[in-house]
Amino acid sequence: MAKVGNMTMNLATFGRFLLPIVLLAGLAGCSIEPWVKPYERDRLADPIMALDSDPVSTAYIQHVYEAREGARGAEGATGGGCGCN
Amino acid sequence: MMLRHGITFFALLLVLPGGVLAGVLPDDRGDALYHHYTGGGVDIDGPSVLIRKKAGKSLSFIGNWYVDHVSSASIDVITTASPYTEERTQWSLGMDYLRGNTTMRVSYVSSEESDFDATTYAFSVSEDMFGDLTTLTLSYAFGEDIVGRSDDPGFQRENTRQHYGISLTQILTRNMIATLNFETITDEGFLNNPYRSVRYLDPGASVGFSFEPELYPETRTSNAVGLRARYFLPYRAAIEAEYRFYTDTWEIDGHTLSLTYVHPWGPFTVEGKFRYHDQTGAAFFQDIFPRSEATNFRGRDKELSPLTSYTFRGKLSYEFIDPNKGWGLFKRGTINFSLDHLIVDYDEFRDITSGQLGDEELYQLKANVYQIFVSFWY
Repeated sequence: MAKVGNMTMNLATFGRFLLPIVLLAGLAGCSIEPWVKPYERDRLADPIMALDSDPVSTAYIQHVYEAREGARGAEGATGGGCGCN
Repeated sequence: MMLRHGITFFALLLVLPGGVLAGVLPDDRGDALYHHYTGGGVDIDGPSVLIRKKAGKSLSFIGNWYVDHVSSASIDVITTASPYTEERTQWSLGMDYLRGNTTMRVSYVSSEESDFDATTYAFSVSEDMFGDLTTLTLSYAFGEDIVGRSDDPGFQRENTRQHYGISLTQILTRNMIATLNFETITDEGFLNNPYRSVRYLDPGASVGFSFEPELYPETRTSNAVGLRARYFLPYRAAIEAEYRFYTDTWEIDGHTLSLTYVHPWGPFTVEGKFRYHDQTGAAFFQDIFPRSEATNFRGRDKELSPLTSYTFRGKLSYEFIDPNKGWGLFKRGTINFSLDHLIVDYDEFRDITSGQLGDEELYQLKANVYQIFVSFWY
């Protein structure tokens, strides 16, 4: 059966995204003065600012969407941190 | 079988940082949720329970048990098959390991149905950088599916799936945080639903058409990039905007937008959300084919049709354990209720029960999704 798509090309595309991220990670060792000080992060630490305050609920509703739409990924629970705690 | 999608999402849920935590382990918490989806002739309900607990200063464990009870007489089912009921059970286990500014996560998810088993292994690494203003997460997941047929014990096909994800979260100001996600997913194997059919023009049939099994390509690769930003409003409320662009090798392109507003009022928190999704159809999707085996690949799953969906969400939370006082072992507790009203307008998929060939209306799905859950932090 014929294959659809070109996985090699997509991995190359992925690599183009990965490279700057790796370089960015390398810069992590550099000293950069944080422009938002830890004591200025009280608002970001408020529960209403959580990017995913209800992980069980988020996972469930993403499951509902993925079963009923053709698109998938890069939406919903994925998030990061602010070092607030 | 219809619930095959999204299994890997649960694995990624366990390996991605959820919320404001990075460089520190997530809070210990427990959640017990009941969900009920009703619409389009389908009823799905069941529980989901999540427990997260630290062990020492470097480890945190998470487990999730989730069940779907399905009763389906959907438009796909009533036109080519018989209504059915089934149950899906899913178990997830994960572990976080914190070392300095680095958090490593592993997880395992197992999902079982009478005719579909899925297993996923996931791994991610998060690094806090630049005075904890930036968090970078790299994630990978590998999934294996075994597809069966309830009416044919000898039928068995396999799929494999790989996820590659990059997430960058950035504190922009003392009031604003944003996250950029990129995710590539590759599938290989038996990707169509073994029960579903396509229809084709058949002058010999009394209704003018007949059905034959659908046939999907055996590979699919998708790329999605999403940007979210959340802003703290001066009167203690929050607003969030999200956009996602999606494209895949089946030629589905999609745009998803959402806007959320969160407003606390004493122990209550009210949330409203609007979500919009628009997509093109798969290259091999047709509502009706000109003849039998007209194309190499063929599908009539309505999810692969060009479509536009709208979701209106309302959510109410009540904090019954004040975090400033606590209650016994518990630091905080909330009870939450949400309703999502979903409308999907299909641009090419027609309701063949609505009239004769040529006069059929485009199908529209309307559904309500109810959730009630309690959360404890301890």
